[in-house]
Amino acid sequence: MPGSNLITLSLIILFLPLIGFITVLLFGKRFSKLYNFEIGILSANLLLTLYVAYEKLFVFANQKIAMDATWFSFGNIPGIGQLNIDLGIELTNITVMMLFVVNLISFLVHIYSTEYMKGDSRFSRYYSYLGIFTFSMLGIVLTDNFLMLYIFWELVGLSSYLLIGFWYEKDSAANAGKKAFLVNRVGDMGMWLGILILFTNYHTFKFDTIFAQIGLGNIPFGSEAWLTAAGILLFMGAVGKSAQFPLHVWLPDAMEGPTPVSALIHAATMVAAGVYMLTKIFVILSADALTVIALVGAFTSFLAASIAITQNDIKKVLAYSTVSQLGYMVMAVGVGAYTFAFFHLVTHAFFKALLFLGSGSVIHAMHHEQDMRQMGGLRKKMPITYYTFLTATLAISGIPLFSGFLSKDGLLAGTYAFGLLTGHWTVAIFGFVVAFMTAFYMFRLVIMTFHGEPRNKEKYDHAHETPKAMTIPLITLAVLSIWIWYTPNPFNPEAGWFYNKMEVKTTVVPQDMRFNFMKTEAPEHETAEAEKTTAETHETVESEQVEGTTRVMHSEMYEHAMHEAHLPTMIWSILLAGLGILFAYIIYQWKKISADELAKKWPWLYKFSLNKWYVDEFYDKTFIGGTLEFSRWLSIFDNKVVDGIVNGAATLTRGVSAVSGWFDTYVVDGLVNFTAFFSGVLGFGLKKIQNGKVQSYVLVVVLSLILLFVMFLPFF
Amino acid sequence: MAHVGLTHFLILSAILFSLGIYAIVVRKNAIMVMMGIELVLNSANINFIAFSHFGNYGISGQIVSLVVIILAAAEAAVALAIVLNLFKTYSHINVDEVNKLKE
Amino acid sequence: MSFPILTLITFVPVVGMVAILFLKKGQDNAVRYTALTATAIQLVLAIIMLFAFDFTKAGILDASTFQFVEKARWITIPNVSWIGTIKIDYFVGVDGLSILMVFLSAFVSFIATLSSWNIKKMVKGYFMLFLLLDAAMMGVFVSLDFFLFYVFWEIMLLPMYFLIGIWGGPRKEYAAIKFFIYTLFGSIFILLTMIALYFSATETVNGIQLHTFNLIELTKASAYSATGILSPQNPNNWRMIAYIFLFIGFAIKIPMFPFHTWLPDAHVEAPTPISVILAGVLLKMGTYGILRISYPIFPEITRELAWYIGLFGVINIIYGALVALAQKDFKKLIAYSSISHMGYVLLGMATLSVTGITGAIFQMFNHGTITAMLFLIVGVIYDRAHTRGIYEFGGLANKMPVYTGIVTIAFFAAIGLPGLSGFISESLVFIGGFGSTVTRTLTIVGLLGILLGAAYMLWTLQRIYFGKFNEKWSFMEDLTPREYLMFVPLAIVVIYLGVQPGLAIDFMNTSVKTFVHFLNTAAF
Repeated sequence: MPGSNLITLSLIILFLPLIGFITVLLFGKRFSKLYNFEIGILSANLLLTLYVAYEKLFVFANQKIAMDATWFSFGNIPGIGQLNIDLGIELTNITVMMLFVVNLISFLVHIYSTEYMKGDSRFSRYYSYLGIFTFSMLGIVLTDNFLMLYIFWELVGLSSYLLIGFWYEKDSAANAGKKAFLVNRVGDMGMWLGILILFTNYHTFKFDTIFAQIGLGNIPFGSEAWLTAAGILLFMGAVGKSAQFPLHVWLPDAMEGPTPVSALIHAATMVAAGVYMLTKIFVILSADALTVIALVGAFTSFLAASIAITQNDIKKVLAYSTVSQLGYMVMAVGVGAYTFAFFHLVTHAFFKALLFLGSGSVIHAMHHEQDMRQMGGLRKKMPITYYTFLTATLAISGIPLFSGFLSKDGLLAGTYAFGLLTGHWTVAIFGFVVAFMTAFYMFRLVIMTFHGEPRNKEKYDHAHETPKAMTIPLITLAVLSIWIWYTPNPFNPEAGWFYNKMEVKTTVVPQDMRFNFMKTEAPEHETAEAEKTTAETHETVESEQVEGTTRVMHSEMYEHAMHEAHLPTMIWSILLAGLGILFAYIIYQWKKISADELAKKWPWLYKFSLNKWYVDEFYDKTFIGGTLEFSRWLSIFDNKVVDGIVNGAATLTRGVSAVSGWFDTYVVDGLVNFTAFFSGVLGFGLKKIQNGKVQSYVLVVVLSLILLFVMFLPFF
Repeated sequence: MAHVGLTHFLILSAILFSLGIYAIVVRKNAIMVMMGIELVLNSANINFIAFSHFGNYGISGQIVSLVVIILAAAEAAVALAIVLNLFKTYSHINVDEVNKLKE
Repeated sequence: MSFPILTLITFVPVVGMVAILFLKKGQDNAVRYTALTATAIQLVLAIIMLFAFDFTKAGILDASTFQFVEKARWITIPNVSWIGTIKIDYFVGVDGLSILMVFLSAFVSFIATLSSWNIKKMVKGYFMLFLLLDAAMMGVFVSLDFFLFYVFWEIMLLPMYFLIGIWGGPRKEYAAIKFFIYTLFGSIFILLTMIALYFSATETVNGIQLHTFNLIELTKASAYSATGILSPQNPNNWRMIAYIFLFIGFAIKIPMFPFHTWLPDAHVEAPTPISVILAGVLLKMGTYGILRISYPIFPEITRELAWYIGLFGVINIIYGALVALAQKDFKKLIAYSSISHMGYVLLGMATLSVTGITGAIFQMFNHGTITAMLFLIVGVIYDRAHTRGIYEFGGLANKMPVYTGIVTIAFFAAIGLPGLSGFISESLVFIGGFGSTVTRTLTIVGLLGILLGAAYMLWTLQRIYFGKFNEKWSFMEDLTPREYLMFVPLAIVVIYLGVQPGLAIDFMNTSVKTFVHFLNTAAF
C-alpha cells in the first residue's frame, strides 16, 4: 500500500506526546529534568512531521492516505447490519499542513516556556499538560471520523481547562478554566447532537462514508431541514471552540493561563480547531447553514474588534483580536472561500502565536505587568521583541509583503464575491470594517507598548531583552510571517504552492440546497464507490484518488466573481488598513486627537466597548443566574415538596396510627380493662362475704336454708 | 294434762337445733362451737328416736342414734385435736380471728 | 453442571460471617482480615467467571444458554388445599445481563471492605452485617427464580438498615428508617406482582403442570393459562397494572424521581463504605430488576410504556443535576449526581435498541465504579476534616496532590470525558436514544445533562481543590497506602474501560441482541 509508512509515522507522531504526558506526569516530580524528555519528543515529532508533510504533499499529493481500525463492535444487528465503532486517521494535504503548524508552534512554545516558566513550582506538571494538549490536538487534526473528532475535541477542552487553571491558587484562573470548559460544553452539546443525527442515519462516524451517502442524495431522515440542522449543530462545536458569538466569552478569560499557553492553545491551534473542523465538514453544509455561519463569523469579528479597541490589558487586546480573526475565518467558510479560511488559519497561527509570545516577552520583562498604560518606550530596551512583534502586527493588519495580507485579502475577496453573487453585502461590509479596526487596535497596542516615553519609570528600568530561549521562537515565527513561504508573488496568493496544495472538495448537499454558484451539473459517483471499498476492508491502509487538480466546486460563475473581486478587494483592504494605522498614529503617537476626549464625547459607546458589550453580565444575570436560581428553587422543592410528600406520608401515617393507637388504648383495650375492672369491683364486694370465718359460712347456710323454706314451702 | 305426742318431741328437737345453731354461729370460743355442734347432733337424735317411736319403724331410729353418738364422739375427738392445734398456732381459740380459710 | 461457582460466590461471605462469629471480641484485626479474605475470594471467583464466560451464549430467554447454572428443588409443599403443590427452586445462573453486575458487586464489595478499615465501633457486628449484605446483593444478581430473587432482595434490607442505623451520622435513625420503610414499601408491590404471576403461569415439571416462579418460564406466553389474572388473554388491564406495580417497586431502588428522596438522606448518614455499596451496587439492583424481570415478562407493556420510562430517565438526569448544583454538602451533591447518572440508565433502557441497552448496562457498571470512587473521595476528606461542607475547603490541591489527581480522574469520568469509561456508556445511551423514534426528543433534552453535570462537578472541583488554601486544614495528609489500594484498582478499571470498552461490551453483546430482538418482536 502506498504511504503505509506515513500512517505508521503519523501514529507515532500522535502518540509520542501522550507518552511524554504520562512519563512526565508520573515521574516529573522525582526527576526535575524530565521536562527535557517532553521537549525531545516534540523535536522528534517536528522532524517526523516535516518528513510526513513532504511525502504527502509532493509524493502522494493526489492520494488520500487513511487507515481504520475497529475499536469495538456490536456485531450484526438486525435492521442495521454490521455495527462497528471505528477509529481511524487520514492524511490529506490540509491535514499534514495543520500537523506541521501544530507541531511547530507546540515545539516553539516548549522551548519558550523553559525560560518563561522557570522557577514555577509545578514546572514539570506544566510540561506534561502541554504533552496531553499536543496529543489531543494532533488527534483532532488526524481523525477521519466524527467520533474521534469529538473525543479529541473534549480532550483539548480538558487540557485547555488544566492549563488555563494552571495557577489554580488564583480564583480568577480556576474560574476561567471552569468557564472555558462549560462554555465549550454548550457548543459540544450541539456538536454531539449533530453527530448523533448523522450516526443515526448512516450508522458510521466516518467522514467519507457519511459525505458519500449525502452525495448520493441520501440525506438525514430524508429531510432537508435535518441536513441544515446537522450542519448548524456541528457548527455549534466550532462556535464553542473557536469562540464565536454567542460563546466567545470564555476566550478572553482564558488569558489567565500562562502566556505561552495562550499562544499555543488560545491563539494558534486549539481555537482554530473549529475552523479546521468546518473545512472538513464544509461539503455537507447547506446554503442555509453556510449563511448562518457567515453571519455569525462576520458579527463575531466585528464584535471582538470593537471590544479590542478599548482594552488596556495587552493580553485582552490580543484575545479579542484572536476572536475577531477567528470570526474572519468562520465567515470565510460561510461564504464558500474555505480554502482561504484555512490559509488564514495557518498564517494567523504563526503571527498570532508570535504576538502572544511577544507579549509574553514583554510581560516577562515587566515582571508580570499586563496593563499597557504602565508600558511605553520598550522599543529601545527590547529590540528583538519589538521588531518581531511589529512584523506580526503588520501581518495581522494585512500589509502587503506579509503573510496576513495574502490570506486576508483572499478571504475578503471571498466575501466580496459572495456579495456579487448573492447580493448579500452585509458580510463583506463587516469584513472590510473589521480590517480597518484591526489595523487600528493593533497599532494602538504597538504604540502604547513600545513607542513613546515610558509611563512607569521604575518598571521600565528593570525591563531587559529576554533570553535566547524566548527570542529564537519569536524570530522563527517572524520569519514565517513573511509572504515568501507561501507564494512568490506577494499580491497573489493563488500563485503559490500553498494555495494550490489545498484540496478543494465538491459540496455534496443536494443541488437545491446549495448556493446558486455552487451548483454543478453532474454529481459525482467516484467518491461513493471508493467509499464502498473502504467500508468493507478494515484495518488496512487505503488510499483513494481525490480530485486534486480540477477545482470542481468552483463553478465558472464563482471563478469569475473571485476574479472580479480580486482587484477592488486589494485596493480597499490596503486602503483601510493604512487608514487604521494612520488613525492609530494620530491618536496615540502624535496625540493630535486625545483618546480620552473621544471617550468623553461618546461615553456610552466607550463604556459599551470597554465592558465587552455587557455580554458576560447578561449571561450572568440570565443563563447562569437563572440556572443557579432555578436549581436553588428546585433543591428547595426537592426538600420541601418531594421529600415533604414522603415525610408527609410518614407524618400522616403517624397521625393515623396515633388515632388508632388512642382507639386501641381507650376503646378496644378499654373494653378489656372494663371487664377486668368490673370483675374486680364485683370481687371486692363478694370478698367481704368470704371472711374465712366458718361461723359466718354456717350462718349463711342456715339463712339460705330458711330462705329456701320460705320460697318453696307450699304453706307460705 | 295434754298427751305428750310426736309434736312435742319435734318442738323440743327444733329448740335444741336452734340453740345449737345459735351456739355455732355466735360463740367465739371453739369449745362452745363444738358444744353447739353436739346440740345439733342430739336434736337430730331426738328426731330419729321420736319418729321411730311414734312411727312403725321398729328400733331403726334408736340404732341410727347410737351410730350418731359414736360418730359424734369421734368427731369430737378430731375437733378437739383441731382446737388444740388452733391453740398451738394462735395461742387462743377465738374462732372470730381464725380466718385463714379465706385465703 | 459441575463446580457450583455461583453458590460459592454467593455464600462465601456467609461463611466469612460465621467465621467472624467465632472470633473473640477484641480481635478487631482478625475480623477485618477475615472479611477481607471473604470478599477477596469472592472477587477471585468473579474474575474466574469472567474468564470462563462464553460470549456466544445469550441467556435471557433460554435456560440452556445460561451459564454456571445450578438448579435444585428448594421448597416443596404438596397438595395445599386450593393452591395445589407449591414448588420453589433454588435456581441460579448468569448471562450477559448479569455477569458484569456480579463482577461489579464483588469488586465494589472488596473495595468497600478496604475502606471499612477505620470503622472502630463494634467491629465484629459491622463486618458480619456487611458480609451478609454482600451475600444478599450477589444473590439478587444470580437468582433466576423470582422467589429466590425476592428473598435475597429482602435479606439485603436488614443489614443495610443496621449498618446505616448504627454506624451512621447524626441523623442515622431517621435515614435508616426512611430507607427501610421506603424500600419495603416498594417490595410490597413486587411481592403482589410476584404472587399474581405465580398463580397465572405454570411450568411442566416431569409431566405435571405446576405453578412457577421460574423467571425464564415466565417470559413465555405459553406459560400463562388463559384464565390467569396476568394472562395475556385477560381482557382487563391487569398486566399493565402489574407492570406498573413492579416498576414502582424497582424504581424506588434506582431511585427514580419522585421516589428518590431516601437516597440523599441515606448517603449523607451512612458511613463511607456503606455509601460506596449503596451507590455502587444497590442502586443497580433497581435497574437490573427491571431488565431481568419487568422487561422480558411484559414485553408488550414495555413497548407501550417505553416513552414514559425514557421521560422519567430524562427527568432524573436534569432534575438530579440541577438539584446537585444547589447542594452545599459534598456527599449530598454526589448523591444527587448518582440520581442524575441513573437517569442515563433509564433513558438507555427506554430505547429498546442494542446500543441503548448496551449503554444502559455499561452505564450501570461504570456508575458503580465511578460513584464508588466519588464516595471514597468524600470519605477521605471526611475522615480527616470531619466535615463535608463544600464551602469550608479550598486549595486542597497543593496539600494533597495525588488525592487531587484521583479526584480529577473521578470527576472527569463522571462528567463523561472521553478516555474514561463514563463517556462510552453515556454516548451509547445517547446514540441509542436518538436512534429510537420513541425517545428521540427526550434524548435531545437529556443532552443538557452533560452540560449540567460538568457544571456541578467543576464547581465542586474548584471550591474544594482549587483557589486559596484554607490554613485550617494544614494538618491534612495525602493518601495513605491503604487508600491507594482502594483508589488505584477503581481508577484502572475506569481508564481501561474508557480506552478499551469492547472488553465490557463483548460480555453483553450476544445477550443484549437477543434481548432487544425479543422485546421488539415478542407477541404477547
